Amino acid sequence: MMINSSLKQLGQQLASKQISSVELTQAYLQRVTQLNPTINAFITLDEEKTITQAKAADARIAAGDFGPLTGIPLAQKDIFCAKGWRTTCSSKMLETFIAPYDAHVISQFDAAGAVNLGKTNMDEFAMGSSNETSYFGGVKNPWDFDRVPGGSSGGSAAAVAARLCAAATGTDTGGSIRQPASLCGFTGLKPTYGLVSRYGMIAFASSLDQAGPMAKSAEDCALMLNVMAGFDERDSTSVNREKEDYTRGLAHMHGEQPLKGLRIGLPKEYFAEGLSADVAKVIETAIAEYKKLGAEIVDISLPNNNLSIPVYYVLAPAEASSNLSRYDGVRYGHRAAEYNDLQEMYMKSRAEGFGAEVKRRILIGTYVLSAGYYDAYYLKAQQIRRLIAQDFVEAFKHCDVIMGPAAPSTAFKAGEKTSDPVAMYLEDLYTIAVNLAGLPGMSIPAGFAQNGDGKPLPVGLQIIGNYFDEARMLDVGHAYQQVTDWHTQMPVALENI
Amino acid sequence: MQWEVVIGLETHVQLQTKSKQFSGASTTYGAEPNTQACEVSIALPGVLPVLNKQSVECAIKFGLAIDADIAPRSIFARKNYFYPDLPKGYQISQFELPVVGKGKITIQVPAGKNTEAYEKVINITRAHLEEDAGKSVHDAVEGMSGIDLNRAGTPLLEIVTEPDMRSAAEAVAYAKKLHELVQWIGICDGNMQEGSFRCDVNVSVRPKGTEKLGTRREIKNLNSFKFMLQAIEYETQWQIETLEDGGTIQQATILFNPDTGETRAMRSKEEANDYRYFPDPDLLPLEVTEADKTRVRADMPELPQALQARFTSEYQLSGYDASNLTSSRAVADYFVAVVNAGGDAKQAANWVMGALSAKLNAEEKTVAESPVSAGQLAALLKRIADNTISNNAAKQVFEGLWAGEGEVDAIIEAKGLKQVSDTGAIEAIINDVLAANQAMVEEYKAGKEKAFNALVGQCMKASKGKANPAQVNELLKSKLG
Repeated sequence: MMINSSLKQLGQQLASKQISSVELTQAYLQRVTQLNPTINAFITLDEEKTITQAKAADARIAAGDFGPLTGIPLAQKDIFCAKGWRTTCSSKMLETFIAPYDAHVISQFDAAGAVNLGKTNMDEFAMGSSNETSYFGGVKNPWDFDRVPGGSSGGSAAAVAARLCAAATGTDTGGSIRQPASLCGFTGLKPTYGLVSRYGMIAFASSLDQAGPMAKSAEDCALMLNVMAGFDERDSTSVNREKEDYTRGLAHMHGEQPLKGLRIGLPKEYFAEGLSADVAKVIETAIAEYKKLGAEIVDISLPNNNLSIPVYYVLAPAEASSNLSRYDGVRYGHRAAEYNDLQEMYMKSRAEGFGAEVKRRILIGTYVLSAGYYDAYYLKAQQIRRLIAQDFVEAFKHCDVIMGPAAPSTAFKAGEKTSDPVAMYLEDLYTIAVNLAGLPGMSIPAGFAQNGDGKPLPVGLQIIGNYFDEARMLDVGHAYQQVTDWHTQMPVALENI
Repeated sequence: MQWEVVIGLETHVQLQTKSKQFSGASTTYGAEPNTQACEVSIALPGVLPVLNKQSVECAIKFGLAIDADIAPRSIFARKNYFYPDLPKGYQISQFELPVVGKGKITIQVPAGKNTEAYEKVINITRAHLEEDAGKSVHDAVEGMSGIDLNRAGTPLLEIVTEPDMRSAAEAVAYAKKLHELVQWIGICDGNMQEGSFRCDVNVSVRPKGTEKLGTRREIKNLNSFKFMLQAIEYETQWQIETLEDGGTIQQATILFNPDTGETRAMRSKEEANDYRYFPDPDLLPLEVTEADKTRVRADMPELPQALQARFTSEYQLSGYDASNLTSSRAVADYFVAVVNAGGDAKQAANWVMGALSAKLNAEEKTVAESPVSAGQLAALLKRIADNTISNNAAKQVFEGLWAGEGEVDAIIEAKGLKQVSDTGAIEAIINDVLAANQAMVEEYKAGKEKAFNALVGQCMKASKGKANPAQVNELLKSKLG
C-alpha cells in the first residue's frame, strides 16, 4: 500500500516512473481532504502551490536531475517560514502573516525537489505538549481521537501517524518531536543543537530550538536529515562541519547481532517514579530485543535530571519573553482594531494576539530576567544547565547510546492536563535534559499499551546519542526496525481510507 | 560654597561599514525610508543575526588606538524594551563583557579667559559594539507616525569615559579629540549632522574638595560641540542653583533645547526601563586573538601620539606645533606632504597653522578642500627660502594661489613680486633715499637708532617692497658708516 511505503520505496517508484509526483501528491491531498477535517493536522493547505511543486519535481525526474526525495510530498510544521505561504506558528498573532522568505529547512527541501504538502498544526509558538494551545484548535491522535497527539509538533505527528504525508518536519525545544513521536507511534529525531540551521524557523527558545525529521522509520529520518543538516552562515549557532550521509551505516544493520559491542546506558532516573507501568514494560521488552541484537547494557546515572524541568522553565521562558517581543503590532501580525496611544496599542495587540500559555511563559520569562531576580533564576539555571550537560559527558564515558522512555505515559485525553500546567510540563521529563545539553535524541515505536477503552496506544523508546552521533543512533534505530514491525503499524480505522 | 562639576561622556560612534551590524543590508545614509531594511532589519519572524566582521575590526582599531585591554572573549547581550523603531523589541548590545576595556585618551584643553592651555588624561571605561535603532517619523502623513528602519541595525561603538572631566571645556576637548581620533583611524565619518557621532553627557556637581559624587543627570544626544558646551554650562549652573536653593537633584535623562539654551527633563529614574539584559543566545561569544590584533594593527595609520613624537624629533617642531598639526589626520597628511615636496618643516608648520588655517576657517573649508595644494605651498616656501620673494610678497602669492590664479612662479611673475637682490640696483635706491632724507641721516648720526629703521622702510617703499630686506640693511649700514 502506497501510503505505508517508505521514502526509499516512494523514491524508487518515482525514479522508475511507476508513479508521478503529481499522482502521489494528489493521492495524499485526497487523503488529507478526507481526514483532516477530523484530525486537524494541517492548518494551511494550498493545492495550487503544492501541485506546481509536484509538476516541477516530475520535470526534474524526467530530466534526470533528481535526488532521493524529489517529488515526495512532505508536511511542514507551521513554524518554518515558507515564501508565499501563510506562516502562523499557530498563533492569532500571525494568523494573516504570509512569509516573504524561505527558512533554511524549506529551501533545503525545495532544492532537493521535495513537495510542500501543507503547513501543520502545532502548539502556539511551540509552547505545549499536547497541541492544545494552538489558536487553530487541537489535533486528534490518530490512534484514539479522544486523545492528544502530544506537542508541540502535534500536527506533523498526527499527519505522519495517519499517513497524511510521506514524512514531516518538526522542531524540538524540550521534547516537541520525541514526545509526539512516542504518543503517535512513529520515528522522530531531534538532532544535535547546531546541526540544522534555525534560519527562518520562528524562535521559541533560541538556545534549545532544533529542527528535525518526523517519519515512519529510522531510514526515512536518515534520508530527511541528509537534506536538513548542513552549515548555514545565516545562523551563527550553525556548526560548520562536513556533510554526512546518515544512511551510510544502515545496510550493515542486518544479520546476526549487528549491534555487537554497542553499549547501551540505562539511566536509573528514567525508570524511577513518574514512569507509568505500561510504558516501563514496553521499554523493558525493547531493551531485551536490543540485547538479542548484540548490545550490552550498562547502568548509568544522570543525577541532575530532576532539575531539568525547573531549569528549562526558567531558561526557555526567559528567551521566549525576548524572542516574542517583536510581535508588537507595529510592522506585521495582529494589531488591535482600536487604541488611544502607543502603550495601549501594544497592550491590546499582545493581549488579543497571544494565547494563555504563551502569556504565562512571557510573564515567567520577564520575571526571571528582571533586575533583582536575574542572579537567583536565570544565572542559577544556566549553572545547573552546565551540570546537566556534564552528567551526559560522564555517562557517555561508559556507554555509546542512552535509552529510556520518551514520555512518561501514553497519549492522554484532550483536556486532561490543560488546567494543570505543571502536570503538562512533566510530559517532558525524559526529553528536556537532552535539549539543555544540546545532544541528539530520537524516539522510535517500541510497542503498544492498552488504554482503558481497549484501544492500543503507541509507546516510544528514546535513544540519546553523543554530540553529532546521529548516524549511529539511526543505525541503532534501524537495526531494531529490521527485527520489529511496530513502526509499520498504523491505526486500523485509517488503513482503508 | 565652591562647587565642582563632574562630567562623564557616553559617545555613540557610527562605524563606517558597508553593511549593518548583524545583516547584509546597506548602511548608506539618506535613502528612501525602509529601502535599506532587509528581513533581519525589520525583524521578521525567524530571522537571525550574523555579526559583521568589519565592525569588530573597527572596535579592535579603537582599542589599539587608546591602548586599551581588548577582551579575548566578549559577549553580546539583549537589551529588552519596547519602542516602535526597535523592531525586535530588544537591542543587541554588549553588557557585562564588552570588546574594549579600560584605555586612555590624552586631551589638550585650550587656554580660557583665566586659564592656561593644559593636557589631561581621560580614562576610558569601556567601548562596546551594538546596533542602532530605526527612526520614528512624525506627521509625514498627517496625524500619523511612520517608522523608517533604514538605520535599524547600523553598527555603533559606544565609548564610555570615567567621570574624569571637571569643566565643560574639558568635556568638549575630549569630545573633539575623540571625534578626530575615530576619523583618524578610519572607523567613523564623523558627520555629526547625520548622527554619526552623538554624545550623551552625564553631569553632576559636588562641593569642591569632597569625594562623593553628586546625583547625575544625563544630557542626551548632543550633536554639536557648541551645543555641548552650552548645555553643560547651563546644566551645571542649574544644578548648583538648585542645590543652593535647598533643592535636591533627581537622577534623570534630559534634553538640551538649542533654541532656548536650556535643558529639560525627559524622564526620571522611576520611569526608567528594566532592560532585562541577558546573553543573546543567537550569537556566539566574540573571540579576538593576538593574531587578529596584529593583523588589524598592521592596517592602521600612524597614531597622532606617535606622529607628534616624530614631528618633534624629526622636524624639531615644538610640542605645541606638533600637537596642533596632529589635530586631524588630514592636517597632518597635508603638512607631511608639504615637507616631502621640499618645504622647510618649521616654515611649513607656520604656514599650515597660520595663513592656511585662517583662510580655511574663514571660508569654512576643511584641509581636504583647500584650493592650495600641499605641492603649491611647498613651491611657495621654496621661493621664500631661495630669496626669490619676501615673506610679505609670499602672502600675496598665497592669495593668488587660493584664488586659482596659477602656479607659484607664474603668480610671482604676473604680480611682479620678485625680490631685488642685485647689489647695484639696491645701492641706487639707497643713494636716492639718503639724498632725499638728509634730516633722518643726521638724526641717525646723532645717535637716534630709530632713524635707521625709518630709512630701511623708505628703501623698501622705494623698491615697492621688492628689495631684499637683509641686503638693504647691510648696505645701508655700511653706507652710513
